[in-house]
Amino acid sequence: MEAVGLVPVLAISAILFTLGVIGVLARKNALIVFMSVELMLNAVNLAFVGFSRQHAALDGHVFAILVMAVAAAEAAVGLALVILLFRNRVTVKLDDLDRMRG
Amino acid sequence: MIESVLFYLFSLVAIVAGVSVITQRSPIASALSLVVCFFALAADYVMLDAHFVAVVQVLVYAGAIMVLFIFVIMLLNIRETEPAAMGQLTARSGGALLISGLLGVALIAVLDSVVHQTPAELPAEYGTIKAIGEALFNGTYLLPFEAVSLLLTVGMIGAVVLAKREL
Repeated sequence: MEAVGLVPVLAISAILFTLGVIGVLARKNALIVFMSVELMLNAVNLAFVGFSRQHAALDGHVFAILVMAVAAAEAAVGLALVILLFRNRVTVKLDDLDRMRG
Repeated sequence: MIESVLFYLFSLVAIVAGVSVITQRSPIASALSLVVCFFALAADYVMLDAHFVAVVQVLVYAGAIMVLFIFVIMLLNIRETEPAAMGQLTARSGGALLISGLLGVALIAVLDSVVHQTPAELPAEYGTIKAIGEALFNGTYLLPFEAVSLLLTVGMIGAVVLAKREL
């Protein structure tokens, strides 16, 4: 059985990462920005797994699992911040949060 | 052969779902698109012989993290006051598209220059829980693993401290 090569994996990973960057830069909704960050983390995971497959090593898998754990912690803290934000300002639009602007 | 075909198929699903995540107007539609994207990526992991990572992807990402997202979206019950998402994307994001387009081209160009060689032959236990467990607990990754457990504890405490009204 012919295995998938490394280059298409990395290309797909790069496309997904770029989509995540577009989401972070272009969207106003804090929740969708968080989801775009998750998309970028997943793109990186795909690259890890692809390199792991290429070299028949398991280090990439371990890294992917560690990234997932970090993403879980990040999502918990980030969503707690969003809840706090919504309680204080009744908005999740990032453009409305300009109190620190001088 | 069939592995490659399925890989491309699921990658296409993942990319379409990824586009949907950043173009949907309502957060809940974005979240559901993201779930589709995570499932497609889990299928991709299976095609890359990363069975345990695929299972963890479905359990942790598509399961736990996305449930947390959807729970928060529904808890906040946000009114959709945004203009149509596509208009918003083009109106405010000319610069964003330019920057990320350049980033994407650079990424693909650099990554395409990676040596074109056929993947190595896999040992029999590649990607199984046993092999990954050995790497995590018997190998060089014991300290990072414990550090991540500490990080998760800190994250949990932090989330409670932040979101609770009064301690």
